[in-house]
Amino acid sequence: MAEGIRDKVAILGMGCTRFGERWEAYAEDLAAEAFVECLADAGIEKKEIEAAYIGTHIDEINVGKAAVPLGVALKLPYIPVTRTENYCATATEAFRAACYSVAAGVYDIVLALGVEKLKDTGYGGLPASVGMGVRQFMISANMTAPGMFAQLATAYSAKWGIPMEKIKDAMAHVSAKSHANGALNPKAHLRKAVTEEQIKAAPMIAYPLGLFDCCGVSDGAACALITTPAIAKDLKQNQNIVKVKALAVSVSSGEEAIGTSWDGAHFVTTRIAATKAYEEAGVKDPRKELSMCEVHDCFSITEMVTMEDLHISPKGGAYEDIMGGFYDLNGQVPCQVDGGLKCFGHPIGASGLRMIYAMYEQLLERVPEERKVKNPRLGLTHNLGGMPHQNVAAIAILGID
Amino acid sequence: MVGICSYGGYVPRYRLKRSAVYQAMGWMNPGNIAHARGEKAVANFDEDSLTMTVAAGRDALAGMDRSKVEGIYCASTTMPYKERLNAGIVGAALGLNDHIRAADFSGGLKAGTTALLSALDGVEAKRLNHIAVTASECRLGKPASPQELIFGDAAAAVIVGDQNVIAEFKGSYSITYDFADHYRGQSAKYDRQWEDRWIRDLGYDQFIPEVVNGLLNKYELKMADFAKVLYDCHYAAARKKLNQLMGIAPEADQNNLQAEIGHSGTAQPLVMLVNALEAAQPGDRLLLVSFGSGCDALYFEVTGNIKNKAHNKGISECLTHRAELDNYTKYLVWRNILPGDAGLRAEEDVWTRWSALWRSRKTVLGLWGTKCQKCGTVQIPPQAVCVNAACGAVGAMEDYRFADKIGRIASFTGDMLAASSNPPAIYGQIEFEGGGKMMFDFTDCDLAELATGMVVSMSFRRKYYDEKRDISGYFWKAVPMKEVQ
Repeated sequence: MAEGIRDKVAILGMGCTRFGERWEAYAEDLAAEAFVECLADAGIEKKEIEAAYIGTHIDEINVGKAAVPLGVALKLPYIPVTRTENYCATATEAFRAACYSVAAGVYDIVLALGVEKLKDTGYGGLPASVGMGVRQFMISANMTAPGMFAQLATAYSAKWGIPMEKIKDAMAHVSAKSHANGALNPKAHLRKAVTEEQIKAAPMIAYPLGLFDCCGVSDGAACALITTPAIAKDLKQNQNIVKVKALAVSVSSGEEAIGTSWDGAHFVTTRIAATKAYEEAGVKDPRKELSMCEVHDCFSITEMVTMEDLHISPKGGAYEDIMGGFYDLNGQVPCQVDGGLKCFGHPIGASGLRMIYAMYEQLLERVPEERKVKNPRLGLTHNLGGMPHQNVAAIAILGID
Repeated sequence: MVGICSYGGYVPRYRLKRSAVYQAMGWMNPGNIAHARGEKAVANFDEDSLTMTVAAGRDALAGMDRSKVEGIYCASTTMPYKERLNAGIVGAALGLNDHIRAADFSGGLKAGTTALLSALDGVEAKRLNHIAVTASECRLGKPASPQELIFGDAAAAVIVGDQNVIAEFKGSYSITYDFADHYRGQSAKYDRQWEDRWIRDLGYDQFIPEVVNGLLNKYELKMADFAKVLYDCHYAAARKKLNQLMGIAPEADQNNLQAEIGHSGTAQPLVMLVNALEAAQPGDRLLLVSFGSGCDALYFEVTGNIKNKAHNKGISECLTHRAELDNYTKYLVWRNILPGDAGLRAEEDVWTRWSALWRSRKTVLGLWGTKCQKCGTVQIPPQAVCVNAACGAVGAMEDYRFADKIGRIASFTGDMLAASSNPPAIYGQIEFEGGGKMMFDFTDCDLAELATGMVVSMSFRRKYYDEKRDISGYFWKAVPMKEVQ
């Protein structure tokens, strides 16, 4: 009988680059930067790594296909290196593969690395026509990510009868909170605090989402070295060990996009992945037990809806929690403690590992006082790859004993 | 009895005031003030002669059994393809059978009536029945040219058959001359014309009476026998003179809609015919005359069936669905006369993969999805595995057409990031009556007037234009229907 991943693997070390418009760097440079920090943190040598999983999303303007270019860039010594790709869940998938291969007892030390170089397109937003396939191209709407996620807001407003002005207020609070957190983080892409008034007055990108409702399009890399708890304890005798409590992924079945049961106002996949993750981690009441979380705030409305789908806020009740400061840095479950996708930035293939990095540094209490979460024990990360009607949700829960 | 069994019309939503065009370009050609009255109908940025053909064809086919249609004849001088049968695309969009005759009629502006005559001949000879005849035009005049003001975009369609005929075909007379008043060469974008005076005095003044008299003599008729004379001549003064000369009473002179639509080329006589049929009474005789490289004159008699035919929008209902295009430069960008910058995102390559389009032709051109034969769930795009989780049947699908279904808006947005020549790009999820849901572009609407739950109908539109390879790609969009909330 399968037992799940809980407490079977530990994080030995992590690295994360400064995110941002890294005009000076290629993906290879970013990967090397995160890797160097990670090796130093783990206190091991490169030759001790037995396998690697490398995540990149957009190969066309990045490093090309396969894991080979990054294996070469890091001069990994003829070990198995595999590329993972699953939209914005790409890095969490690399992490999951690394965790499972250690848990399977096949390897002792495995690298998971996510990297993305987005700022070579020449225009804002994500690159156009991101590999939707020949068939879909012929019948797809002329859509972009903000437009697809914006529809969550129109559907959410219709579903719960909440006027758009109130939703705009909550979205503005979501973004203002992330800006405040990002401003404190030297590795974050956007480091300027903004007011809710500024947010609401910003130019419209895709109704009802304005400029500040959208996350940063960034370059960056993040990585982790995974090992067994026994090896971790042996190598890190004077510190807490961050263990993996749960890993859950749910992929759309087609029901949301093609069937007629979905209301367009929530993420079916996130709800399922969250339930499975809590079960695996032994979390009964996430609202009380989680110390903090990093969720997929590609757009402010995504975060708002996600807080309900993670079963933290009641369905239709995220507004009250958000406006009440529940997810603020000093709230009950601080969310986007490093600035989130919104301000830390969103290099697609690196984001999952960046979120885990944020939990890792909080759990080990390595962050300065002004952005510290109080008494952190259990952190959750959440990626949402794709579009609201067709996506992959990936959740990781990490904790210290 | 052979004749017209049904009709349909299409006038695009946008109208451009000719005074606005004159205000912008009159400095270059002040004499154009003579053409600056009224407005011209302007195709939306995602419309062309082909999509307007489909719209008019769908209107004409409303309430008819499409499986009975045995031919589709499409007239236009402005179709997107010189090689690739435009009527073939139209037939697929209309959901017609594959085993039918289809042809493009082009060359001169009388191609619309020639297509109609060919259909009438085919039915009369009992070789084919129920032939859809369409004419559609979207001609360009150079900025500051008289044609820019005179031309308008429109389409019309009639179904020719021998059952339930509403206007019986009684006879015709044709003349053909290589009279090059207007022409466009192989690669020309704009219409070019010779001197107005010559076109008026030698063209209209001689050819119209010549073909009309030919028909009257052939069938021993007098002008007074006709309730309406529908002839193509946009010169107001020449029209007055011709009416006098031929003895056409003011009430018999069918409005050419020059002030409302503009001259619609090959579609002009058919647009007038549809417009006349909308008001026709049983027993009315109609004389239809085209002009362009000669003339065709056709003579119809309206039957009692006109009283109980199915509802069609025709031309007059389209004329009431209008929005003013209050921006001349927007028109120039939409017609690719002014190369507006839609940003670097718009420069990404679009690839038409013909083998994939062939495989998906029913979905892309006809908006066909599938219906599960096991559980009855309808789904689009077509699925191999039934989306109903309780069913999950594999390979048990039959074709199901969504194009004629109405739907409701489940969610929507107006996107300023998406590359568009009519930003914001508006799109959202549509839930169809009877089941099925998909994300579609919206068109012919304004973001401010949208709401979830609003009813939409589907419209065949140009999805993209690949400038590098000269490919127009098509798919369906949702059009919010304000009047049926």
